[in-house]
Amino acid sequence: MGGVLWHLRDRAHQRLVAGEDSAPTSAPTVAPAEQATLLVANDADSSMLAQVQSLPLPQDPGARARAILGKLLDLYAAPNATHPVQGGAASVGQIFLMPAQADSPTPLSASQTAQTSPPASGPEMAVVNLTSAFAASHPSGLETETLTLLSICGTLHANFPRVTQVRFLVDGRSRPTLAGHADLTRTYLAAEADNTEAQHP
Amino acid sequence: MVVLDAAHGGDDTGGKLSDGQPEKAFTLALSVRLRSLLGARGMQVITTRESDSAVDLNRRVEIANHANAQACLSLHASESGTGIHLFVSSLPPAPSPEGVRFLAWKTAQSAWVTRSLALAGVLNSVLLHAGMTVTLGRTALPAVDSMSCPAVAIEVAPETAAAGVQGQPSTSQLNDPAYQARVAEELAAALLEWRTDAGRTEATQP
Repeated sequence: MGGVLWHLRDRAHQRLVAGEDSAPTSAPTVAPAEQATLLVANDADSSMLAQVQSLPLPQDPGARARAILGKLLDLYAAPNATHPVQGGAASVGQIFLMPAQADSPTPLSASQTAQTSPPASGPEMAVVNLTSAFAASHPSGLETETLTLLSICGTLHANFPRVTQVRFLVDGRSRPTLAGHADLTRTYLAAEADNTEAQHP
Repeated sequence: MVVLDAAHGGDDTGGKLSDGQPEKAFTLALSVRLRSLLGARGMQVITTRESDSAVDLNRRVEIANHANAQACLSLHASESGTGIHLFVSSLPPAPSPEGVRFLAWKTAQSAWVTRSLALAGVLNSVLLHAGMTVTLGRTALPAVDSMSCPAVAIEVAPETAAAGVQGQPSTSQLNDPAYQARVAEELAAALLEWRTDAGRTEATQP
């Protein structure tokens, strides 16, 4: 009995020491505000307008991309948004940057993307992991779904010029469409973002 | 020959329109109306569904690709945006279909993108001439990307005219029968013009 008690006390002590090792030893720093270009969609005329916003951006490229897309989706979640979509910044789970592939026939999973890191130069592919809550609440329609995807692609390319391809996951898995229309299984080219125009009589 | 694909059906209701009507019901009604108008003008029409039934995406494409049609229209509706949205596949254009024996299923449309853009141009021209608001775009829609015919996805949205009766802006909702009839009439007129243009092109070819 004494031995068991000694063993339990020893384990508790080790847990305490381990907790001290992982305790923060330096105060968190607030990233400085920088300018980011957002391609903001407008449902009224199916256009996308470049908008420069100032926001704190971390140095890590993936976290930086997530912060920029979070800002874009916050604009869409705001009242009187030109492209209303619920969810906001929390809708972007992670963004992985990896070397661009000439052809990507097979769907990606989050575990596959996490194993690769981008090279120092050359074109990159961004893999955007959205939440299922975002996809479930997204308005259904060809135009609205296409605008969401293209504005994400265009915004990534505007701030990370090496990002030429974008793929989408939802909760780490491949999904057929965003909300019943736009294909989420294919690789999007960042250049596709400027192919919409409205015409009025 | 024209193929009309009323999107969604059965358990796949599509989007929900403002009056609670599912998108699948609107697209079916538009398909039936358009089929009647085209049939009355002597055009052969094949539809992918005639009732509220679930039709697999691949089955829709098989119907379209077996028809060897002059035009394939995928019909949609949405409360987002204004007027008529015309979408052509965003696949990059591939060599002309005459020189290609085999086409990959998921990217078959790439060999037809140039003709699809021409079809969208005719639809755009006729709809604009009728005073409607038109948006042109490119998209990745699985059914259209697999079609081996000039294919356009058409999404009907509410129409807001800048100056309606007595100078006030007027809105035509999707559940307005007059608006539905007008859209179908203009689409039928555009398809007739497309057939005429296609016949003229074939006649001038050696």
